[in-house]
Amino acid sequence: MKALGHVPVRALGHVRICDFTGQLAGAGATKWLAAFGAEVIRIEDPVKQGTWDILRMMPPFVDERRGTDFGGGFNNHNVEKLGITLNLRTERGRELLAELVKKSDVVAENFAAGVLEKLGFGYERLKQLKPDVIYVSNCGFGHVGPYKSFKTWGPVVQAVCGLTFSSGLRDREPAGWGYSYMDHTGAYYMAIAILLALLHRQRTGEGQWVDLSCTDAGLTLHGPTLLDWTVNGRPLLRPGSPDSNRSEHPARAPHGIYPAAGEDEWVALACRSDAEWRALAGVVGAAWAREARFAALAGRLGAQDELDAKLAEWTRARPKAETVAALQAAGVPAAPVAKPPERVDGDPATAGFGLWPTARHSKMGEVRVDGLPVHFAKTDWEIARGAPCLGEHTEEVLTRLLGLSREEVAKLRAEGVV
Amino acid sequence: MSALAGVRIVELSHERSAFAGKLLADMGADVVVVEPPEGSALRRWGPFVDDVPDPEQSLAWWHYNTSKRGVVFDLDTEAGRAGFRRLVASADLVLEAEDPGRLAKLGLDYADLARRELIWISVTPFGRKLPGRADLMTDLTLLAAGGPVWSCGYDDHSLPPVRGGGFQGYNTACHYAVLSALTALLARGVSGEGQFVDVSMHAAANVTTEMSSYNYLVQGTTVQRQTGRHAMEAMTLPVQVRCADGRHVNTGVPPRFPREFAGLLGWLRQAGIADEFPEAVFLELGAKRDFVDLSKIGQDDEITAIFTAGREALNFLASRLSAYDFFVGAQLAGLPVGVIYAPEEAFEDAHFVARGIQVPVEHPELGRTIRYPGAPYRFEKTPWRIARRAPRLGEHDEEVFRELAASDG
Repeated sequence: MKALGHVPVRALGHVRICDFTGQLAGAGATKWLAAFGAEVIRIEDPVKQGTWDILRMMPPFVDERRGTDFGGGFNNHNVEKLGITLNLRTERGRELLAELVKKSDVVAENFAAGVLEKLGFGYERLKQLKPDVIYVSNCGFGHVGPYKSFKTWGPVVQAVCGLTFSSGLRDREPAGWGYSYMDHTGAYYMAIAILLALLHRQRTGEGQWVDLSCTDAGLTLHGPTLLDWTVNGRPLLRPGSPDSNRSEHPARAPHGIYPAAGEDEWVALACRSDAEWRALAGVVGAAWAREARFAALAGRLGAQDELDAKLAEWTRARPKAETVAALQAAGVPAAPVAKPPERVDGDPATAGFGLWPTARHSKMGEVRVDGLPVHFAKTDWEIARGAPCLGEHTEEVLTRLLGLSREEVAKLRAEGVV
Repeated sequence: MSALAGVRIVELSHERSAFAGKLLADMGADVVVVEPPEGSALRRWGPFVDDVPDPEQSLAWWHYNTSKRGVVFDLDTEAGRAGFRRLVASADLVLEAEDPGRLAKLGLDYADLARRELIWISVTPFGRKLPGRADLMTDLTLLAAGGPVWSCGYDDHSLPPVRGGGFQGYNTACHYAVLSALTALLARGVSGEGQFVDVSMHAAANVTTEMSSYNYLVQGTTVQRQTGRHAMEAMTLPVQVRCADGRHVNTGVPPRFPREFAGLLGWLRQAGIADEFPEAVFLELGAKRDFVDLSKIGQDDEITAIFTAGREALNFLASRLSAYDFFVGAQLAGLPVGVIYAPEEAFEDAHFVARGIQVPVEHPELGRTIRYPGAPYRFEKTPWRIARRAPRLGEHDEEVFRELAASDG
């Protein structure tokens, strides 16, 4: 029997976000909130056609159409949000924003430090408009500190915070991350910050400002490595280090990514114990694998180059799926290095989880997007509506929330305010 | 005041979920981490203090368990299970990452312990409902099967793709566990109802791959890994440059705006090496334009020369400067460039020190104060804080049992 009354249809149905975020580092944060039912209202500049968020017009594209409403990445990161335009160079545009702030729970942005302040909507002003406002700013180096005016994007954040360095093979230049991992992760921290501030306000009625710096957040993702530095004085920058396909801590060998049969095919495998090594050696079945010097971890750690070369000979001779199946059956951790088609369309653990929902975009039509990797038993996320076209909800939001008439909105449009 | 003051979380210690517990504990939740009598497996992970393996000296345990209290329950005994049930009865939220089936077998799963208010966050390799060898997932296999590894590595594709360091596969799953916990708490604040949340680590990795997933979803294409830059369908120009001191920088997006060409020129002059860079004349031309139309590269000779000069100016400056000086010089010239720091270098950098990244934590039994990595975000009213070092095995047994007895009374 269903409980009566107050069950929310949506987990965050009571939350409204005045959203200035863009790219992935910001838009990824409000995507989570929107998927759980928060009313997220993107505010974009009609003069620059919303192109501050460059993803609006960047590939991928569903077809040959191009322009501000056709960026596939923008659609991916902005599903379930509303979009309005406001020209904040105009007095009326600023007035309308002020009215919207009064009706919002959160103002979120990831401009360069100081930009919103220059537009006349710094934290002090936001507080005047709405005393319990939650303001969350997210920029590369934060709003305080010697580098606060420095500019970043994902790869620069990753370079400075240590993530690029800690990804690479021994005695080679850093490999880094082949995508903006810290845009994703900065967005996660931004969403976490918004939710924490909402919880505090739910219990105390008090709003606050959260200053998020993606480089700070990235640096905190190296915890044990940093403690090795502060406690043992051991830097990650030293001869032979890093070598990130291997596992120094916890000490494991073999542990790596090995070639498989075929063009650019690879398989990952790891032995966490001597028992797993014995199981792997049994699958390999060769004399070298049974050598006593490899039986214990210390012996394998001391001969990793040799071990890796021999294992690579073995893995190279068979398809990755075959290696993975044989090793898993023997109880050894192994996985394919999955290519996009394999993990999107060929993997029941993603499709079966409902990970690639289809969103309906007003101009692009139906497009599959990244879903969320969680399911709530009672108030789960929903992704059905695509990202807003530029100004798609201007009239709807200004009439419904701010009480303007359709004629007034039309006049504002003619005057270049929206 | 803490954002999560008064929120009681019971965490069953596991390497997959420990970071989620830390993120919640450092924001003020009362996280009680439950270990078996022999201690959490995480205590056997190095590095160790002075490299001496000891369950109380694991730096992995230290880092991932700050601000928590610790109790011991042997879930293989009825007494241990009864204690765990009592503890969960006092909790707002349970955080666990056991292989699917284990807790049900012990009679300790959500179905056994559910109350109207209780929130239960389960972090498992493939979620609770899908098949898969949960017991065989490591950070390496997670990032390989989940997509990130395919995008990372070198231009030379005879080298294997690369798993980035720092257990980012686990970290990503933990970020989603925290998002889930906070969202469920907010929803409960309105409805009074808790609920079960199923977090899939494999799914979390899959949606943390940027274009690798959505270029395929939208246009069916497959990206290729490239040294130190975005994996793309076609190989792009290198952006990672070795500087005069042998260290690297990421030069970011090539200069393309007139102000950037002007900035480059000013930087060359300030460094006193503009005369040694003959193509400086093209930077001057670029600086004077209203707009540099990159779509004309290869067609318009002057635009091609301007764009090429911008890239070569960066390479030239890098050949003369240390990576750090290159980073600061470029940023002051208005170019988004990054020095490729080792984590410890960033940790000691004046900017991060000024932002409070180094946080002293007392370890009284060692007579030492240890510097820990600090806040990922700066809250005005409810600051992030390490309330105490990680618990020693069973350190809070008495304290927590006393609380439970008092609340029973």
